Amino acid sequence: MIRLNGLWVLFALIAVMALLPLVASPYVLLLMLPFVGYGIALLGFNLLFGTTGLLSFGHALFLGVGAYTAAALTSKFGILSFEIILVAAALISGLVSLVIGMLCVRYTRIFFGMLTLAFGMLFHSFLFKFYAITGGDQGMRVLRPLLLGMEWRGGKTAFLTGPFYYYALMLFALLGLAMWRMTQSPFGLHLRAIRENAGKAAYVGVEIFRMRLSAFVISAVYGGIGGTILAITTGLADPELAYWTHSGNLVFMAVLGGSGTFAGPAIGALAFVVLQDFVMAITQYWRFVMGGVLVLLVIFMPQGLAGTIELLLIRRDGEG
Amino acid sequence: MQPQPATDAMPLLEAISVSKAFGVFKALQDISFSVSDGEFVSIVGPNGAGKTTLVNVVTGLLRPTAGEVRFLGRDIAGIGPVELARLGMSRAFQLVNIFPALTVRETLAVAIASRLRRVSNPFRSLQRDSVMQADAVRVAEVLGLRSKLDKVASKLSQGEKKLLDIASAFALNPAVILLDEPTSGVSTGEKHAIMEVLVTAAKAAGVRAIVQVEHDMDLVERYSHRIVALQAGSLLANMAPDAFFADPAMISAVVGTRPKL
Repeated sequence: MIRLNGLWVLFALIAVMALLPLVASPYVLLLMLPFVGYGIALLGFNLLFGTTGLLSFGHALFLGVGAYTAAALTSKFGILSFEIILVAAALISGLVSLVIGMLCVRYTRIFFGMLTLAFGMLFHSFLFKFYAITGGDQGMRVLRPLLLGMEWRGGKTAFLTGPFYYYALMLFALLGLAMWRMTQSPFGLHLRAIRENAGKAAYVGVEIFRMRLSAFVISAVYGGIGGTILAITTGLADPELAYWTHSGNLVFMAVLGGSGTFAGPAIGALAFVVLQDFVMAITQYWRFVMGGVLVLLVIFMPQGLAGTIELLLIRRDGEG
Repeated sequence: MQPQPATDAMPLLEAISVSKAFGVFKALQDISFSVSDGEFVSIVGPNGAGKTTLVNVVTGLLRPTAGEVRFLGRDIAGIGPVELARLGMSRAFQLVNIFPALTVRETLAVAIASRLRRVSNPFRSLQRDSVMQADAVRVAEVLGLRSKLDKVASKLSQGEKKLLDIASAFALNPAVILLDEPTSGVSTGEKHAIMEVLVTAAKAAGVRAIVQVEHDMDLVERYSHRIVALQAGSLLANMAPDAFFADPAMISAVVGTRPKL
């Protein structure tokens, strides 16, 4: 029987991405960078949603924090080291999520969702209205960072589809491995126990609040890192990154790929990015089409892409 | 179990003049009882007598309005479930209470991870932790779930779910285990089997005392060392089962309002 190990599925996906520059055009590679950014964010998002059972409607906030951290460091403070940017984005999203999480994770289900949505909207208005700090609707420029202290002398596209592309993929693989370890640890088991039955979990010694808060902070750190990749790809930190529809997109990606599997949300991110690009190219009513896809998906494939494939494999093995 | 002189044996669990009121409604009035090493104590009483409230108070879920609850000499009023588990008291519920999507092995590992404090490092491997894995097998063995270790909880039979619920309480290695109708919702045939497993398991696992709430008087008579009977929030009796079942007044007070089917 084939036991689908989520980590290997993710690694296989990343390996294919690593070979892509041999055959694909720069356009496709530039499309894959947002996928990597979203893929990382979704790994975190799913620790909260798929593993712990908390659905956040404000997770784009942390992508925004990561993006604006990259923007502030590069264009206001002249700090160009990508490693410093990553650490700063992780720390700042971690701290912001610690404060927000303490208020949100006391609640579950719709109450948790609404509170995270509210915080997301608060942050979006802050970005939008505090023109002097954030550039308002203009956003903030994100300058090209130094990778491992090295400066790239070539053009922008060559930088993004070359060194930055591989750097981002390496990061994706490392963060994927770290997330896999977390889901396979006693810590991850306690998170699943909370998702399954929080009332019982408390009686077998699971510290519900602490565990939920930890999952919230970890997912925010992944969101922040994903956000920096998105911002460097576009060269801009934009308030739309933190807008609630963007949070909705994250939920869409998780559902599209299948939140019940490890690699599902990353696959969902890929499918979303490719689908959106494809539909946008053929019609201006792309939101309508994307909405229709979501409806069909929820009705016919509630397990998402990865979940449905897994079910098919299990069924085949069961019969064979 | 060596009977010890009552004078110098400190009770494991002790309720001292406990009262609990919800607004004007007095759910419990001046209840005192204790549970000592080696004892199996049954709490009985008709519906609404305050059994569940009493259990909630002595497990630190509810803070008593008056009186004191001591576990291993410590005041545990209102400490909450996580701290309770840490101190060594575990509780299983009336309704089957499982983690539906987790396997038997994982369910036990949840409790074992809490007890062995394995959750502070999120990168520690669960699968390669031989101590935890061996312990999960040990607990499953004790409760007769060894062959079901990799079965998902929601796919177990009703009786097995009940055993799993109880097994996860055992996995905390508690000094005292508190069971709210351990055999409710289980067929009569399975009831005795579950009780037998439970009592044997308790001995094997080093559980020092069991407290149960039970409606089935056959089970109460057969397994208890002592009966704590409640009536309308007050203590009606705290005595040995022989004495209790010899007194028709007691039986009618407890089961009279709830005829046996």
